[in-house]
Amino acid sequence: MALPVSPKPAHRRFHQARWDEPIIFELSTPGERGILVSQAEPAAVEALSGIEDQLASLRRSSAPALPELAQMRVVRHYLRISQENLGADFNVDIGQGTCTMKYSPKVNETIIRTPKLAELHPLQDEASLQGVLEIFWRTEQAIAEISGMHSVSLQTQGGSAAIWANISMIRAFHESNGEGEVRDEVITTIFSHPSNAACAKAAGFKVITLMPDANGYPDIEALRAAVSPRTAALMITNPEDTGIYNDKIREFVQIVHEAGGLAAYDQANANGILGITRASDAGFDLCHFNLHKTFSTPHASGGPGAGASAVSERLAPFLPNPRIEKTDAGFTVNYGGEKSIGKVAPFFGVAPNVVRAYAWIMALGASGLRQVAEIAVLNNNYLLALVRRIPGASAPYATGKHRIEQVRYSWQELFEDTGISSEEIGIRMSDYGMHYWTSHHPYLVPQPFTLEPTESYSKTEIDEYVAVLAQVASEARENPDLVRSAPHNQTVHQIDHDDLDDPERWAITWRAYQRKYFSGADATLAQEPISVG
Amino acid sequence: MQNSTVHPYIPNTVPSVIEEMLAVTGATSIEDFYEDIPQSLRVKGLLNLPEPFLAEAELEEHVTGLLNKNRSTREVISFLGAGVYNHYVPSVVDEVINRSEFLTAYAGEPYEDHGRFQALFEYTSMMGELLNMDVVNVPTYDGMQATATALAMAGRITGRSKIIVASDTNPDLVSKVTDYVRSHTELVFVPSANGLVDTAVLAAQLDADTAAVWIQTPSFHGVLETSGQVIADLAHGAGALLVVGTDPIAYGSLTPPADWGADIVCGEIQSLGIHQWFGGGRGGFIAVHDDPKFVMEMPSRLFGLASTSVEGEYGFGDVAWDRTSFAVREEGKEWVGTAAALWGIAAGVYLASMGPTGMSDLGNTVLARTAYAQQQLAAVDGVSLRDSAAHFREFVLDLSASGKTAAEAVTALRARHIEPGVVIGEHHLLVCVTERITTAHIDTLVSALTDFLKEK
Repeated sequence: MALPVSPKPAHRRFHQARWDEPIIFELSTPGERGILVSQAEPAAVEALSGIEDQLASLRRSSAPALPELAQMRVVRHYLRISQENLGADFNVDIGQGTCTMKYSPKVNETIIRTPKLAELHPLQDEASLQGVLEIFWRTEQAIAEISGMHSVSLQTQGGSAAIWANISMIRAFHESNGEGEVRDEVITTIFSHPSNAACAKAAGFKVITLMPDANGYPDIEALRAAVSPRTAALMITNPEDTGIYNDKIREFVQIVHEAGGLAAYDQANANGILGITRASDAGFDLCHFNLHKTFSTPHASGGPGAGASAVSERLAPFLPNPRIEKTDAGFTVNYGGEKSIGKVAPFFGVAPNVVRAYAWIMALGASGLRQVAEIAVLNNNYLLALVRRIPGASAPYATGKHRIEQVRYSWQELFEDTGISSEEIGIRMSDYGMHYWTSHHPYLVPQPFTLEPTESYSKTEIDEYVAVLAQVASEARENPDLVRSAPHNQTVHQIDHDDLDDPERWAITWRAYQRKYFSGADATLAQEPISVG
Repeated sequence: MQNSTVHPYIPNTVPSVIEEMLAVTGATSIEDFYEDIPQSLRVKGLLNLPEPFLAEAELEEHVTGLLNKNRSTREVISFLGAGVYNHYVPSVVDEVINRSEFLTAYAGEPYEDHGRFQALFEYTSMMGELLNMDVVNVPTYDGMQATATALAMAGRITGRSKIIVASDTNPDLVSKVTDYVRSHTELVFVPSANGLVDTAVLAAQLDADTAAVWIQTPSFHGVLETSGQVIADLAHGAGALLVVGTDPIAYGSLTPPADWGADIVCGEIQSLGIHQWFGGGRGGFIAVHDDPKFVMEMPSRLFGLASTSVEGEYGFGDVAWDRTSFAVREEGKEWVGTAAALWGIAAGVYLASMGPTGMSDLGNTVLARTAYAQQQLAAVDGVSLRDSAAHFREFVLDLSASGKTAAEAVTALRARHIEPGVVIGEHHLLVCVTERITTAHIDTLVSALTDFLKEK
């Protein structure tokens, strides 16, 4: 070997970390300590001894079987398993469509890591909370401007919780008009997020789900047929998971309004239309945003995110309590709100994420937000053009049309040719260090996959992602067993899922696993020392 | 002018790249992509937002400048609780959850995201040890949501529609639960006696439509319930479930509710290694026994251990996926979405660091300092305790005899850099003592309160 080094191969020779790390309980050494705790002073111990008889029946008889590890072992264990996790900072994360996996700027991490935020209590003296209240208030104002809506609450911790807040406000609105009993139906579309349907059901509504027309647009005739005096609301996404913008959205809202219902806009992902069009323009009564999607807060392995609920003036009295208000004397908290639905979540919301989102908005401004949308849409249509060139891939619906921020594609043709499914493609993608997601259920698009490049990835990164997709598709034709037996370059090998759906065999905690497979009377299921698929 | 800015967060704002990409799409301008959005729905011009801080240094200064207007609980002596607790967060916890691999991941498969599945399986497993229960969810949003869902589950499991609320309960929690379950379920309140569940009144309220008895221990007032077994027997005797809301931080030293008959245990994990975050660092846990009748009613993700094609290798996956709204939309159990996974990882690292001895020590320290604070404060002229029950971490002072209101006391003590507690009634102050509050801090509070109450 000598310089020069040969050129890189066409595809990255990735391998994810494989530490073969045991479960933490297996690392335990009795007596080791990870951290020492402040000990009660003699006077406190004496005070406690005075009430020990009251506590007698409450005292735990045997210590919980938590693992015992020295501090550095804790660190090593968790850093090893962190390496076995592929964050968005590590990969071209355009395969997790609908989720807007954009860059979470590092300066925002620097900003939030201060006791001036992390160690605030929400019930402190208001005078000592002016900074954080101002940031919440400013963020509410920005979201109001971005949505065109009248008032905003940042209380919820995620998008589905914001959907719940919206359906709860819808319920309270109709009750306040004496129509709570009558208006018991919510209309949604199959390409809207499942939580729209599920939250409505949990709030006591009957759910009507509209299917798309032949071109993939929500079917306006189906909507006309669905509305009635029982209609409480329409809960709809636009653009939907297909990336197709429903150009009749204002008519949709009008049809529902004429029937006496409200219209709620799921803008969890508004990334392609920031500064382009607003919920208020189409006449919506409510909408929500996910700060962890459009507004860049990190996805945190599945939360905390943050939800922003934005409503029109007539819905404003129903927003969750409390509200933050600006007065001449500064920012203040109003716990009133007679018509408010009350608490949806504790206190004010996910403060670190609200601050991150505020910083992101302030890093971009009005022009920058528009650039975000425009480049996200450019990236998506560029990606669409490239994916269409891969034999076996297609973009169903809206033939010849452009898309907004994402596309739900199909491998149906490749599947028919090779028998390789979209799930199998996805697992093989991970061998190249790429994420890939199929679709929400049900799979209306056969063999689906959903890509959303956001504004965060450079052209060359998008090219790299597509090259890997094309490589895997070609492997499916030339060496299907290689794809079928994937992953090969991952932390673990093929997982056997059968035990996960059988109550007799599933193991949701380590103790349940020990009990079911390794302990006396219950150990009927135990086979070898470690069961292998 | 800014339209031509090449923004560091948006690589393809480089003009030549835009041209190159447009050419591939066949579009002549970005405007072509928006052809489906009617002009009547378009924003004309730019949104009305404040001027941005394009230079990172200026942005950092702006936002940090706003945050610096705050005064944190580190700058005062804080006895504030009522749902947000000032427990110590070990540095190891922040080190792990600030790792980019965890912080920026989302919803990958159990292959490329093996790490978060393992970290969360370990979190639920350690919670299971603390609670003596075999099934714990991947965290939902917060303790309020966990409680609301636990009660909704009780309704579905029993097919009944009445819930008896038998403890003193945080009004915010009652507000949340009411909003969440009211389409299906009615709440009936049984007043406490000396801060504890009034078992006689409870017994009279139980009937064939009772889905659950819901108690909180520690209660909103910090009271540790001592009749758990009796309450469980009463509930079960009527065919109802016992749902217990709690804080897991106490169970290194106290008997977990499952041992005295709880069917569903739920609550908040903020105490386990999550900073106060202005009340915005939350995670909700729901624990049940390993009975499919209960497990199949849980809406949250459940991660389970799985085998792989290689011997001695652990894999993970979603347990009973088909119960979730992700799988079957409105036919699933309630709904599920992005919730609080990273806080779950934090709580796992916390429990792994603390171990059984750390949790036991912590429980004893909090019990002891709570007892000391009660003893010392009750000795102040004009101050009494609202009840004589045993307390963990919180208790209520009654200032009626002093002639001063709780709000007046708070204002006066804030001037002395003490946050003495949360006002929960004209003369009632909810005081919180964590392991970060020493007897010296308590003595300072006692002395300041004594001085204030002596003032005319």
